[in-house]
Amino acid sequence: MPESIRKLYPYYKDHRSFLLWGLFCLIFANALSLAYPYLLDLIVNRVIVAHEYGELPWLLAAMLGAAVAKGAFNFGQGYLAQKFGSNTAFGLRNAIYHKLNWLPFSYYDETHTGDLMSRLTLDLDAFRMFLAFGINNLVGLGLIVVFGIAYMYSMNAILATVILILMPFLAVIAIRFDTKLRPIYRTIRENLSTLNSGVQENVMGVRTVKSFAQENREIGKFNGNNGLYFTSNMEAAVLWKKFFPYIELVGNVGVVLVLGVGGYLVMTHATSLGNLVAFLSIVWFMIWPMSQLGYFLNNMTQASAAAKRLDEVLSAPQAIANTSQSEAPAARGRVSFCNVSAGFGGRAVLTNIDLDVEAGQTVALLGLTGSGKSSLVQLIPRFYDPLSGQVLLDGVDVREWSLDRLRREVAVVFQEPFLFSTTIFANIAYGKPDATVAEVERAAALADAAEFIERLPEGYSTLVGERGLGLSGGQKQRLALARAILMNPSVLILDDATSAVDMETEFRIQRALDEHLRGCTTFVIAHRISTLKRADFIVVLADGRIVARGSHDELLSQPGLYRDIFRKQFADAAQGDEFARSLWASSGGDRGWGA
Amino acid sequence: MGCVKSSQMNDRSGQTDNSNADLRSPFIYREDEALEKKFDGRQVRRLMSYLRLHPRLIVFSLVATTLGILVTLAAPYLVGKAINVAVGDKHPNTLLEYCAVLIVLYALNFFATRFRIYYTNLLGQSVIQHIREQLFHHVQFLSLKFFDERPAGSVLVRIMNDVNSMQDLFTNGVINTITNLFTLVGIIIIMLVLNWKLAILCMIVVPFMFLLSTRLTIQIRRSWQLVRLRLSRMNAHLAESIQGMRVTEAYARQAENEEFFRGVNGEYRRVFLGAQRRSIMFGPLVDLTGAIGSAVLFGYGVVELRAGLVTVGLLVAFANYLGNFWTPIAQLGQVYNQLLVAMASSERIFQYLDTAQTVADSDQAIAPETIEGRVEFRNVTFAYDSGRPALDDVSFSVTPGQTVALVGHTGAGKSTVINLLSRFYDVTDGAVLVDGQDIRSFTVESLRSRIGVVLQDTFIFTGSILDNIRFSRPGATDEEVRAAARAVHADTFIEALPQGYHTEVRERGSSLSMGQRQLLSFARALLADPRILVLDEATASIDTQTEELIQRGLARLLAGRTAFVVAHRLSTIRHADQILVFAQGKIVERGNHDSLLAARGVYRELVDAQYRMMREDSGVAVGLES
Repeated sequence: MPESIRKLYPYYKDHRSFLLWGLFCLIFANALSLAYPYLLDLIVNRVIVAHEYGELPWLLAAMLGAAVAKGAFNFGQGYLAQKFGSNTAFGLRNAIYHKLNWLPFSYYDETHTGDLMSRLTLDLDAFRMFLAFGINNLVGLGLIVVFGIAYMYSMNAILATVILILMPFLAVIAIRFDTKLRPIYRTIRENLSTLNSGVQENVMGVRTVKSFAQENREIGKFNGNNGLYFTSNMEAAVLWKKFFPYIELVGNVGVVLVLGVGGYLVMTHATSLGNLVAFLSIVWFMIWPMSQLGYFLNNMTQASAAAKRLDEVLSAPQAIANTSQSEAPAARGRVSFCNVSAGFGGRAVLTNIDLDVEAGQTVALLGLTGSGKSSLVQLIPRFYDPLSGQVLLDGVDVREWSLDRLRREVAVVFQEPFLFSTTIFANIAYGKPDATVAEVERAAALADAAEFIERLPEGYSTLVGERGLGLSGGQKQRLALARAILMNPSVLILDDATSAVDMETEFRIQRALDEHLRGCTTFVIAHRISTLKRADFIVVLADGRIVARGSHDELLSQPGLYRDIFRKQFADAAQGDEFARSLWASSGGDRGWGA
Repeated sequence: MGCVKSSQMNDRSGQTDNSNADLRSPFIYREDEALEKKFDGRQVRRLMSYLRLHPRLIVFSLVATTLGILVTLAAPYLVGKAINVAVGDKHPNTLLEYCAVLIVLYALNFFATRFRIYYTNLLGQSVIQHIREQLFHHVQFLSLKFFDERPAGSVLVRIMNDVNSMQDLFTNGVINTITNLFTLVGIIIIMLVLNWKLAILCMIVVPFMFLLSTRLTIQIRRSWQLVRLRLSRMNAHLAESIQGMRVTEAYARQAENEEFFRGVNGEYRRVFLGAQRRSIMFGPLVDLTGAIGSAVLFGYGVVELRAGLVTVGLLVAFANYLGNFWTPIAQLGQVYNQLLVAMASSERIFQYLDTAQTVADSDQAIAPETIEGRVEFRNVTFAYDSGRPALDDVSFSVTPGQTVALVGHTGAGKSTVINLLSRFYDVTDGAVLVDGQDIRSFTVESLRSRIGVVLQDTFIFTGSILDNIRFSRPGATDEEVRAAARAVHADTFIEALPQGYHTEVRERGSSLSMGQRQLLSFARALLADPRILVLDEATASIDTQTEELIQRGLARLLAGRTAFVVAHRLSTIRHADQILVFAQGKIVERGNHDSLLAARGVYRELVDAQYRMMREDSGVAVGLES
């Protein structure tokens, strides 16, 4: 058995008794398959030729009995093998799912969902099929050939040799056929997936398509892909057309040979009529499995390739080990970076970061795209580990914390919110499934989501996610925020988490957070000065280094990115200065704009 | 159309009847897989009408298949005869003749099989290709309402999975039905002719076979359907888990999810093994009925043989025919299954094909060469669902080149104005006029190609940046594309990309920031060079460098065009020639910035709120200046 399949031994070890009993049944089933030709032989030779009519009822009863016994054994071997395959697949799936749940973020940075899905579906199934009937097929084929040929030789050596000569032809054709068919099936799969993603993209971007009246071009593109899919399917059909008739022909030639040679042998009394009839029956019985040889072998090759891909997932390095040491009481939220450097894939992303944030403080991070803001905050919940230096929570290295605990203390809101296919309620309660309704409602209210949720006809029971109600980007972000708030974290990280909500809403959210999450250390990555300036202090990053830090006032008083950005954003307000002054003057605004 | 929507709503509300139980469900996956439907003659006829498009292929397939059947029918007879020769007249030459005839027949069958495989596949694949093409073409021109009402996933499932599930029916099903019926009738006739008494006795097993293949296959089919449903649920969860794994890990949700998955996985194993049990049972039962048939044949056959009424060869031939009986009967059952599955899929496909465009070209629709860009809404009323008007008797007019800012809270009707102007929807009452003519008198295509739309969220198609900008005008040269990008200041970021304009991007996982996507869509809109521009300004906060580029790009884009802007930024609003303030589907105020401020109404309140926020910041702005 191929190496890669043996490597997964731990996953089928516990179920192998099903396989063994299945094979046991298989031997009997195959041996009983010879009962029909044998009884046929007896009926012709003993009853018809030798006129022993009294034996007929017994022979017929034996025929029925053999069919029943063979059926029982066949059922046994088929079902036990399926059970072997399914139980193994069940365990493997759970193991991989478990593995996926603990793989580090860096793994997902480099792996596509589609690739993992094809391993979990196609590869797992290819492996399962090998266990569930691939092994039995190969063993069964071996048994059929051995039993069949032995039986044929026991009847007549010449006729048996004639049939034996045909077998290699059949095997060669069958194997060649499957080798050629394989790449074509791969092309079909690829073309189908191109067609699929093309349609998906078209439907998702339908508004853009319609806006520019590009329907006809999209149809052209679709027809092209559809045509390719058609062509590759026809290629497979052409291959079938080329090979299958030969397989059929070899079988038929076998019949004619048995008839011609066997008929002659009967005439010359070299063999009996019963033997001839039994031979014809055996030829049919052997040809079908033989023609499947290529398919059986293909099944094994595919299974071993699949097993290798499954093993790759199962043995992917789990870079971040879960040292469950510190079971300290709730963290207070002091975060320190001590000379931290980090890099992904050989590229330095952060260099010598030193940063101390007291519990309850809010830090804003500012920098251009790629300056390392997100990387910095992702070190706190250990989405990645630094190359050197230490990240400390409450003075304890985050690597000393139990991972589970750490992540319950540190809540992150990503820029791209992800909602699962379930109710709004369950989405908010994602990190704390036993949260009370009141808790969820409070979190939603703080994230300024309560109002729109309650306006939905089904409120918190509304289904969202892939197939649920479509929410706007801002609404999704607010749900993600509520999810984080519900955790009641000691450290909250907002990675551009309100980028899609409008300024007024963002303003309201910030006020609510300031008020209700007072003790929570907060890291904010944002672009709007109005957001940044609320922080206790601001850290400016450039090329993975901290280039400036200080309060809003301090940073404004020195040249740099912060002041540049401030000026740009407030050019707008400055233009409106004159108007604003008059506005507030007339509306009784107490504090004017200018000095 | 209205009923489609309402039925969907019913589905949803039906689910919330037990909403208390649902509220906390870790994951909910709605089943979108087609199950079987009742046999429906009209629908079958409609399905079969697709076959009529390929009369030549049908004839070839039938001829090839019929040839194959004739061989199948003749061969056992000849084998029987040959055996009689072997025991009877014992003439080697006669035996050789029979063998030669058989070889010729099998050679003929060889070619017949080749043709049959090729033509039946060609027929089936052609029909499938045609249906898919027709479906996509139809769906592509359906109105936006259609797409707004259903998730992208369910449209995808119909175009891909539902069409695919009919593949079996068309490649094998139809031809097989015809040939199997012929084979069955042929076998019966031959057996009756050879020995009618024996034939009738042997056919005792036929009803058993029939019962077996119908009863059991129904059960088998049902259990496999259940397997498919469970599998698609498990896969939906897997795909979602992988996509959301960062969230799961960040929120330490692994234990709960693993428990959920274990349940889904276990349920799948249970139904899978159940289906296997039924399917595996089928084979032995078939063998058993076969054995009964053989027992009857030999039991009675030997009696007849003794009486000299039949020959050994005949018995062997009968045994052969009896063996050939099973395949057609089993296949007929299979086709019936395929048909029921196809029934469900085709119903869903036809439902789409029968959906009319809600926005369609009238017969006299014209496609004007150019337009000036004058726009008027005349007493426009519009409701997405009847009863709740999104716009209520709205009138305004815009002269060419003006910029109109649409202001108001979410749901006030701003986006609806845009939807109506591009004719994504048709007005319920009143009229939208461009250059003084009702837009319903233009072809949809000509109207939309004169109106450029920049959406809040820019959709990125798989392809290069170049292709993405060119989307709005496929004929544009590379140089024109670059010029458009330059004009809206998108060139800076594009040229900084690894492969510049040739960088490959895609919708999900694309590395473009919100601001960059917006710039890209500006270039897209500029390239189309529309007379009327519709812009849904992004609410998103964008990094300041890009924001500045966007402001400059926007100015370039608006210059010289009639523009409608759903505005969020005060700077954009202030520069508008006309501001329309919407509330609850009505225009509550209109004018320019100064006049509206002076009016001290809704607009003033909105501006006030914005300034109040800014003022908090401006407190420090003061600090800067002093």
